[in-house]
Amino acid sequence: MTLNSHNPLALVVELTHRCPLHCVYCSNPLELQSRANELSTEAWSRVFKEAAEAGVLQADFTGGEPLARPDIVDLVRNARAAGLYVSLITSGLPLDEAKLDSLVQSGLDHFQLSFQGGHEETASDISGTKSHSHKLRVLQWLKRYRIGVTLNFVIHRRNIDELEEMLAIVENSGAGCVEFASVQYYGWAFPNRERLLPTRQQVDRCVELLNRAEEQLRGKTRVLFVVPDYYAKFPKPCVGGWGRKLMLITPSGDALPCHAATVIPGLSFENVKNRSLREIWDHSEAFQKFRGQDWMQEPCKSCDRRDLDFGGCRCQALLLTGDACATDPVCSLAPQRPKVDAILAEINNSSAQQAISTPAWLYRPNPS
Amino acid sequence: MTMEGNSRPRLAPGCRMGENNNQRMLLMPERALRLNGPSLEIVSRCDGQHTVVQIIAELQQIYSKAEPHKVEQDIIGYLALLQKERALDFEL
Repeated sequence: MTLNSHNPLALVVELTHRCPLHCVYCSNPLELQSRANELSTEAWSRVFKEAAEAGVLQADFTGGEPLARPDIVDLVRNARAAGLYVSLITSGLPLDEAKLDSLVQSGLDHFQLSFQGGHEETASDISGTKSHSHKLRVLQWLKRYRIGVTLNFVIHRRNIDELEEMLAIVENSGAGCVEFASVQYYGWAFPNRERLLPTRQQVDRCVELLNRAEEQLRGKTRVLFVVPDYYAKFPKPCVGGWGRKLMLITPSGDALPCHAATVIPGLSFENVKNRSLREIWDHSEAFQKFRGQDWMQEPCKSCDRRDLDFGGCRCQALLLTGDACATDPVCSLAPQRPKVDAILAEINNSSAQQAISTPAWLYRPNPS
Repeated sequence: MTMEGNSRPRLAPGCRMGENNNQRMLLMPERALRLNGPSLEIVSRCDGQHTVVQIIAELQQIYSKAEPHKVEQDIIGYLALLQKERALDFEL
């Protein structure tokens, strides 16, 4: 075990699990927390102060839908007052012009608006809610303000062929950044994976289109592409390394090293109501568990890339191999890579592709 | 807009200066950049008031031991990089 010398830099603030959308790839855990268990305004505000003191630079307000918190404007103001850079990661629902104005006046730095498709029909199918046209209105309102705007398109087999329509939205948005983020298979996306994983042909076309878009939009909108890691050669440096940069606080105050960490059996999480954020970061078992390289097995242990990707994602290793210490199986060097190849083979054969015409999604419900 | 000698660089929307543990930072959507020495001197002048020419002249004065042409090239390269990363806008 190493005592950490790094500060946490980013605090993911999961304000609530309540959400008007029901996206089939939601990264929230399958067991959603109810409103009754959510931290109070005061508790969150104390967390923001502790975070800034511990060296955190940025607070990413997310959920569920962070706008579902009636105290969202106060939370933004208090996080800013604590010295943090505040991002709101939102579906734009529910939001009206007056609320947006209050958020900006209270010091919101950056507004990240999610889109579920290139047009209403797909977006509604994915999110189980009609929201696409409202998002386009929100984009227009945002043009009145000088704050950072990022558009986020979560892409997968059902919407990846609508990239041209998505890029048309980007073109007229004035956004400084657009993310085309391939679905990551955790949370609700895992049980919906067979219908979400794109085909290799789709991914190739997507990469080609986005390379072109990146050139066209250079200097205007930064284009980011999060690759579908099942198709990658090497794993992603998940959360920038376990317990190295990021801390996530759940609606009830549990401190997690990443969004999906609750899937790892035997890991216990401390709560910000009982211990300071800095102490949790330095000493809690969950943050120590995969910090550094002591936990690694071969081939990670002696791999040249271990300082680049930190062995990939612990939650993905657990979900696909049953062992959270295994090399992330999307890695081409992983002994368990054949498991991922078998999943891809199934997706890329024609009979599986037909199944998409009759989708039976598992929608994420709204907790009470 | 492309960079000209008389354009006035200004931090792009969503970008601002910040401080952490006595370290000056450029805070951007989902990113942050440590600012030290020359980078701090440059970014703190990206206020929509200074022109590129003025920034170069002031930095050449501060770093008077460095080759003036090298200072100019470094500044232009750094401003172009910040603009590509959407941290800067060039206004006239």
